[in-house]
Amino acid sequence: MTVGPVTADDVLRALSDVTDPELDEPITDLGFVRSVVLDDEGVTVHLRLPTAFCSPNFAYLMASDAQDVLEAVEGIGQVRVLLDDHHDSHKINTGLAANAGYRGTFGVEAVDSLEDLRHTFLRKAHLAALERCVEALLRTTELTLDDLPSLTLSDIPSGRYRSALIRRRLALGLTLCPAGRVFVDDDGRTIPAEKIPMRLRFAKSVRISMEGNSHFCRGLLATRYADDDGTAGPRIVDARSTSSVPVRRVS
Amino acid sequence: MYSKNDENYFIVDAHVHIWDARASNLKNIHGQQFIDCFYDYHRNLSPQEEVWDFDTYAYYGSERFMKDLFVDGYVDHAIFQATLLSEFYKTGFGQTEECLALTRKHPGKLTYNHAYDPRHEEAGLEQLRRDAESMNLQGVKLYTAEWFGDSRGYKLDDKWSRRYLEECIELGIKNIHVHKGPTIRPLDRDAFDVADIDKVATDYTDLRFVVEHVGLPRLEDFCWIATQESNVYGGLAVAIPFIHTRPRYFAQIIGELMYWIGEDKILFSSDYALWTPRWLIEKFVDFQIPEDMTEYAPLTTDQKKKILGLNAAALYDIDVPAELRLPEPAGQEGVEVAAGAQEAVSS
Repeated sequence: MTVGPVTADDVLRALSDVTDPELDEPITDLGFVRSVVLDDEGVTVHLRLPTAFCSPNFAYLMASDAQDVLEAVEGIGQVRVLLDDHHDSHKINTGLAANAGYRGTFGVEAVDSLEDLRHTFLRKAHLAALERCVEALLRTTELTLDDLPSLTLSDIPSGRYRSALIRRRLALGLTLCPAGRVFVDDDGRTIPAEKIPMRLRFAKSVRISMEGNSHFCRGLLATRYADDDGTAGPRIVDARSTSSVPVRRVS
Repeated sequence: MYSKNDENYFIVDAHVHIWDARASNLKNIHGQQFIDCFYDYHRNLSPQEEVWDFDTYAYYGSERFMKDLFVDGYVDHAIFQATLLSEFYKTGFGQTEECLALTRKHPGKLTYNHAYDPRHEEAGLEQLRRDAESMNLQGVKLYTAEWFGDSRGYKLDDKWSRRYLEECIELGIKNIHVHKGPTIRPLDRDAFDVADIDKVATDYTDLRFVVEHVGLPRLEDFCWIATQESNVYGGLAVAIPFIHTRPRYFAQIIGELMYWIGEDKILFSSDYALWTPRWLIEKFVDFQIPEDMTEYAPLTTDQKKKILGLNAAALYDIDVPAELRLPEPAGQEGVEVAAGAQEAVSS
């Protein structure tokens, strides 16, 4: 198989695997990718966030995840990821350029790693995905709360909600076996029948909280960048000497 | 007071500011970033006709404040919540002296809550004692993400924070308003995490903890701890403007709050001048849970009266005219009204 030159679509496809941990949505959907510039050296990606005060730990996770997924693209050359307009832009950009890692980037403000933080939000994302699947079943089928203890993955119809649930279970290391119970705790243990209604009720709050956060983030980003490059999608520039593709936008 | 359809509502706005973010008061770029962020919240969530120009927003002063709240805004009593941000602004973001002067001039209309920072350790405790007396403090506003030297936030259950809370009990300061996030040290932790509120609410039952912004963006964690602790309340600041931009989403938030924490623990707050109270109050009184959201009960007029003023009046011993009270007192600690609270505690 021959590999052609890396395209802007390759770059955006790779970046679509990076999610905002708090929102559980791809940074490409959220409008966080501001620009992609391809040149003879490699690629430069600028990221932006809804406010200058977005949590620096999540900002760092997204920027370093972007760096990681791009470096895995074959033939991409040098990868530069830069976070714009954030109170910690300088710190994070310097850390990424030096490949300093989380602790090297934040020094005394970092103690161990951000993996526990990431895991906390994977658990929330799993609960929200579970709630969407189960609420849809309760709404559109004959199933009732009493049926939930025996609910298995094979009972969840395929579609967007199921794919999201499977993805989150995979990330948490939970079984994907069709006979696997839907209501399991974070370690994969079956939740007792009497605890399931409250688990579902709490999952609903998690889902609503995450959706509210997403409303804020999307709204604030649109307002913040309304005056310059808006939210029409990342600015794409191909400045390679072998290419004549001019500036274009993808939406 | 606000009147609509022969019903009269006593209004307490539990979270207001007079700030100064003009260029002359900026210490560094973060001061500008901070007010820009506030202004984006204002522009994004206000009705178009309520949007201010940036210069007015950066500093509006006492006169405009009094007009927007007490002349145009139906507010009977408002509570200043200090936001000092001394690392970003020369005289601080919230204008302590101006707020205090106004409070002394209108004691029936205004209450001033000051801030402290436990990272000042012993010296800050001394200052708190002096402030409690000179400012007649009934409450404090804590912003756990405030920067201080090379620290960018703290937890309420840190050792020094506990000593300050114990001092509050000594000084008769009962209402602890808490604004979480977005930074905290170490950065390994989630700055919006409300677990530390759970710990101190359990340990200091003489204090009432009002979680600003109803814990957003961690609504579910806030709701969960509020079911476990009878001295945890939620302020609606920042959540309530969704009533205009996303009314169906606001219905879900208020529905969740009613389910988990109940009608006696929710406080109306405009966060003025992030938003002005007039339109928020008008829309809230008109608001109803959409009929197709059968999982939530409709809001009653009495519940709206509690949320708009009677609950906060109870926390701050604000005198409510007899004709505006409800037969049952509002804002009671330990009331068993939230369905979620009962189920969660028993499960």
